[in-house]
Amino acid sequence: MTIAFIILAVITVAGTAAAMGMRNAVHCVLALTVGFAGVAAIYLQLDAQFVGLTQIMVYVGAVAILAVFAIMMTHSPSPTKPPTYSSYWLMGSIVAAAVFAVLAWAVVSSGAHTQSLPSEPTVSVQQIGDALMHRFVLPLEIMGLLLTAALIGAVVIAMDHNEEIK
Amino acid sequence: MTLPLDQIFVLSKHWLLSFVPPIAQPLASAILSVVPVLIAFPLLFAITTLLERKGLGRIQNRYGPNRTGPWGLLQPIADGVKSLTKEDIVPLTADHAVHFLAPIFLVAAAFLGYAVLPIGRNMVISNLNAGVLYFFAVGSMVELSVFMAGWSSRSKYSLLGAMRAIAQMISYEVPLVLASVVVIMQAGSLSTVSIVEKQAGYTGIWPHWFVFTPWGIVGFALFMIAATAESNRSPFDLPEGESEIIAGYYIEYSGFKFALFFLGEYLGMFATSGMAITLFLGGWSAPFSFLTWIPSYVWFFAKLLALIFGFIWIRGTLPRLRMDQLMNLAWEFVLPTALLNMLVAGVWHFMPGGPIRWLVCIAIVAIPCTFLTRRLKRKKKFEVRTYSFAE
Repeated sequence: MTIAFIILAVITVAGTAAAMGMRNAVHCVLALTVGFAGVAAIYLQLDAQFVGLTQIMVYVGAVAILAVFAIMMTHSPSPTKPPTYSSYWLMGSIVAAAVFAVLAWAVVSSGAHTQSLPSEPTVSVQQIGDALMHRFVLPLEIMGLLLTAALIGAVVIAMDHNEEIK
Repeated sequence: MTLPLDQIFVLSKHWLLSFVPPIAQPLASAILSVVPVLIAFPLLFAITTLLERKGLGRIQNRYGPNRTGPWGLLQPIADGVKSLTKEDIVPLTADHAVHFLAPIFLVAAAFLGYAVLPIGRNMVISNLNAGVLYFFAVGSMVELSVFMAGWSSRSKYSLLGAMRAIAQMISYEVPLVLASVVVIMQAGSLSTVSIVEKQAGYTGIWPHWFVFTPWGIVGFALFMIAATAESNRSPFDLPEGESEIIAGYYIEYSGFKFALFFLGEYLGMFATSGMAITLFLGGWSAPFSFLTWIPSYVWFFAKLLALIFGFIWIRGTLPRLRMDQLMNLAWEFVLPTALLNMLVAGVWHFMPGGPIRWLVCIAIVAIPCTFLTRRLKRKKKFEVRTYSFAE
């Protein structure tokens, strides 16, 4: 528990909490982005450069932009309604507490926290690349195929939309 | 070969650090590395604004600024004082917190990229293992601040400008990254320092820069096209096209915040140019073996100024593209060429050296490119266009 970890943890938790509590949807996305950036900083602090930078690239650079675009396309520009609480909030919080209790029990009873940690591996980006290209080349190719299919699907949807307008 | 003049900044940093108690040395070292960058590049921004106005004036057959100081040299100072003393107007309906944060966030994100740029020999703030990845990761943060500016102003023009800017930045980020992948393939490293080291050495008097290979020259050209679009500069300046949407996403900003947007934009341009220099133009190394006595940081800034000159020249020469032309260029020409270029880099790596390798590599890129450009040209039909959103 270093000072850096505490600061980053506070930023992450505050960001994600604000994302749930704010009224304006765009403010929520911006607060969530702070949370994403905090998680990325924690990865970087743990010396996991590749994961941390990918987190920034994917979540801050792409997911946040996607969410923002979705809100802009669907919402009216003046969304200052009173905060909407679902009528199931009591049930929801009970379920959340139960899930947390089960997870906490599982973690505590597994004894993982009492075992001594293995020595910290030093993983460079080069090693990740080697692993992806040798040992995990089949999953990588399948992911590539899946993403290509998704891309083609997106293009098809966009093309249909254009024809409707004409 | 480490001349004292070449290492003067590194040595003076070590000399200053010797006065600091050991416990504070990591912090002091970080500050001593960061502060010069925070001073040098805004100063370069000030010089560039003058150069740009003078250069554009020359291209358009007029004088440019010539009233403040000799040859208008004090114009940047006058501009700075003017923007500092101007009234800061915030629209009544604007989202004040986000409106205030957007320019700060933009400048901060623009500065982050400089952490991995090797400005000279041993002169890099942080030699990250994944330096190039870091550069593109922080580069993608700029888009969010553009959105913050455009959305928080609650103005149609600024929102339109932000939408255009984000669409353009996302489309050109793909070819920007793909164009630099060839260098990563060849250098076998993501660290900017080792990429520069891979380009060291000379054959005769000629350097081993990556730009002097078929995949390097194509990659460099694609990288610069994408960099021009990334930094919203003419001919890709639709997000702030004055004749269409006035000033785009920062229309509702005045005074110093407006100046901050300009600073952020130019800082982004310098950072991507610096990355182009690192990836393709040998970083801080001298262009000829007999010029290595000139300090390395001088070469970096000379190359940067040369690229800036290119940007100004293009801005003064080419008219602005239309939105569909911009997108067609990105997806139908730049992206396929960048993918082909990756194939060329692979062929180059595995073929034995010689003139045949050159011929094969050039043929792989040149033949499909001719067809791609023909196709782009043939699609140019003159007819009434239909718009999906503005009817």
